[in-house]
Amino acid sequence: MVDGGLPAHLDGFVRAVREAGIPVGISAAVDAASVLTAVDLLDREQLRHGLAAVLLQRAAQRQTYDVLFDLWWPLTDRPADPAEVDEGAPAADDGIPDADRQAALAAELRAELLRRLLDGDEEALRRFARMAVDQLGQGQPSPSGQSFFSYRVLRALSPDTLVSQLLDGLLGGADRGGLAEQVARQTVRERLAAFRAAVEAEVRRRSAAERGRDRVARTAVKPLADQVDFLRAQSADLAELRRSVAPLARRLAARLSAKRRLGREGRLDFRKTVRASLATGGVPVVTHHKPRAVHKPELVVLCDISGSVAGFSHFTLMLTQALREHFSGVRAFAFVDSTDEVTRFFAPGADVADAVQRIGREAEVVTFDGHSDYGNAFGVFAEKWATAVGPKTSLLVLGDGRTNYRQPGLPVLADLVRRSRSAYWLNPEPARLWGSGDSAADKYGQVIPMIEVRNAAQLAEFVTTL
Amino acid sequence: MPPQQPHHFADVADVTARLSAAGYLPDPQIATTVFLADRLGKPLLVEGPAGTGKTELAKALATATSSELIRLQCYEGLDEARALYEWNYKKQLLRIQASQSSADGADWGDLHDDVFGEEFLLSRPLLTAIRRTDPTVLLIDETDKADVEVEGLLLEVLSDFQVTIPEIGTIVATRRPMVVLTSNATRELSEALKRRCLYLALDYPSAEREREIVLSRVPELAPALAEQLVRTVRALRAMELKKSPSISETLDWAQTLLALGLDTLGNDEVRETLGVVLKHASDQTRAAAELRLN
Repeated sequence: MVDGGLPAHLDGFVRAVREAGIPVGISAAVDAASVLTAVDLLDREQLRHGLAAVLLQRAAQRQTYDVLFDLWWPLTDRPADPAEVDEGAPAADDGIPDADRQAALAAELRAELLRRLLDGDEEALRRFARMAVDQLGQGQPSPSGQSFFSYRVLRALSPDTLVSQLLDGLLGGADRGGLAEQVARQTVRERLAAFRAAVEAEVRRRSAAERGRDRVARTAVKPLADQVDFLRAQSADLAELRRSVAPLARRLAARLSAKRRLGREGRLDFRKTVRASLATGGVPVVTHHKPRAVHKPELVVLCDISGSVAGFSHFTLMLTQALREHFSGVRAFAFVDSTDEVTRFFAPGADVADAVQRIGREAEVVTFDGHSDYGNAFGVFAEKWATAVGPKTSLLVLGDGRTNYRQPGLPVLADLVRRSRSAYWLNPEPARLWGSGDSAADKYGQVIPMIEVRNAAQLAEFVTTL
Repeated sequence: MPPQQPHHFADVADVTARLSAAGYLPDPQIATTVFLADRLGKPLLVEGPAGTGKTELAKALATATSSELIRLQCYEGLDEARALYEWNYKKQLLRIQASQSSADGADWGDLHDDVFGEEFLLSRPLLTAIRRTDPTVLLIDETDKADVEVEGLLLEVLSDFQVTIPEIGTIVATRRPMVVLTSNATRELSEALKRRCLYLALDYPSAEREREIVLSRVPELAPALAEQLVRTVRALRAMELKKSPSISETLDWAQTLLALGLDTLGNDEVRETLGVVLKHASDQTRAAAELRLN
């Protein structure tokens, strides 16, 4: 970084925020500069929240922002500029304490951690985390400088094994079991997570001071929740995604019904007609009509639930469940190599995770070997539920279009598309892979609009362009 | 640019003190952002789940700055005539007919000017807020519910604080109102609108702050019980519920406990009063199971 004082430092920070995938416009960058003049620069939290107010546009970006902020505006007990601590290596001779002392130290700190966790003061916990990293987190010193590792701290302190003691402490001798224990468990979970986050933040800060913050920033920043690939999503990501489902369903429902509204005229709008008649001297030359009452369209969801698209189908089934609250006639069908109606598993108020499990057990979606067979699945659907798709129906097909080299069943799908009011295929695979290997996505794409939906952001975009 | 006008707040601590006095306990994030909105003269966009105190913030802001609160509630189908201004066509019609019956020689030019004058203008919230000379807080509530076209309308008003009425001319704000927009994030607001605003993401408060809120709003509640209550609510929020309990529901729960004269929050008490915070049958079943109430 060129030494250009505060403006240059801010510029570097803004650029890092941009590189992390948060779009920051020029006007936002200018505003950030004016924030510096308005807030009390000695108060780090003011600066953090002040810059967040102009740089961020969505709540999901906050986590990434906080990581970067801690790197660029570190708590100072040493210079932020890595160049000045380059000569840290020679100090290694007093280095790592021997094993016994290390163990004694860990035990001592563990006792203190327990006290702090019971106490629940977040600021004190953060201070303790910094100290613990300093004492326990050092790795082998290398010529490139001292490195710190959060796993060393967490292994030495093993905070997870404190849960039982913490519960005893929080319950204060009351009985285990029942409400009190569950509530206490939640509190313990929160405090342990806060401690772990504090340790990681401190390790990042120290690594940044040693190795330069640009390198740390690149590895420390996790992708935003809505950028996570469906096909690679972990269970923690899925939990995050679930939160975004309900608003998406509402949006999708509003869009699909808004389309119907256009161009149809209903009863005379007297008020509007008279207003318009003013232009023609009180003579109502043009009549205006109220839009017709919004008709709830029907939606048929046809969802591939084979193992290859598990993450995606789990998500789309949740979307289906959420959609049921907005559409009068949502019918859900699941298929692997055969198709079955699964609407009954999505009774209003039913638990989605539970429904997904029951579908796996009870629905007749597998007749042969449990590998996707789109041709047979479409065939069964068209044959058994011929009336499901009509001129009022919107058809949504969800799947990766990998047919295991079997019949794709194109004519059947084309016929379904023709009979429906509108039809879309959402594909969780990147568009460049369509048609590669056993994928028939390119062929399907000729009879039905196929849309790449790899993550929640793309799904949201699809919904808005409908 | 409008003339410089005095700022409402001296510093962030001042914001905290005055909002607290108005009955709203801000955390550092809220206080800093409100302070900047005042200092930089930009609208404040508050986004977050239902029941985190977004509208309440605007109300407290109005009280703290002794301003009048003008509220524009957004909904699907909101249009210019409801948000900005409208001509009172009934009155206009009457006026035209009256002039026809009285004297034949009424001059059309005069009549035209007359009919499109102040008297026949119905001012809606946005125009009202711009024309006021006293301190004003303009609350545009649930912006995400309105159609995308309304955002275009807001852009003009929020960037220049002026409204152009073809028949009268451009009305420029003599005193810029403080603008607070709220959104439940059911849809993404346009980039253009977000760019003109300061962004504040409101989430459920920390345990400590929520306990303070409960104690300040329901002072009769015993502190130990408040602590227990807040921790239980947090446990509920950690579950995957259809609707997580909001701050106002926490307060309702506190009131309920007080009204029933309960002094602890055990299994039985929670089971009986769960309906105050959870309003879906499936949520209640789930919470009862996860909290091992039975």
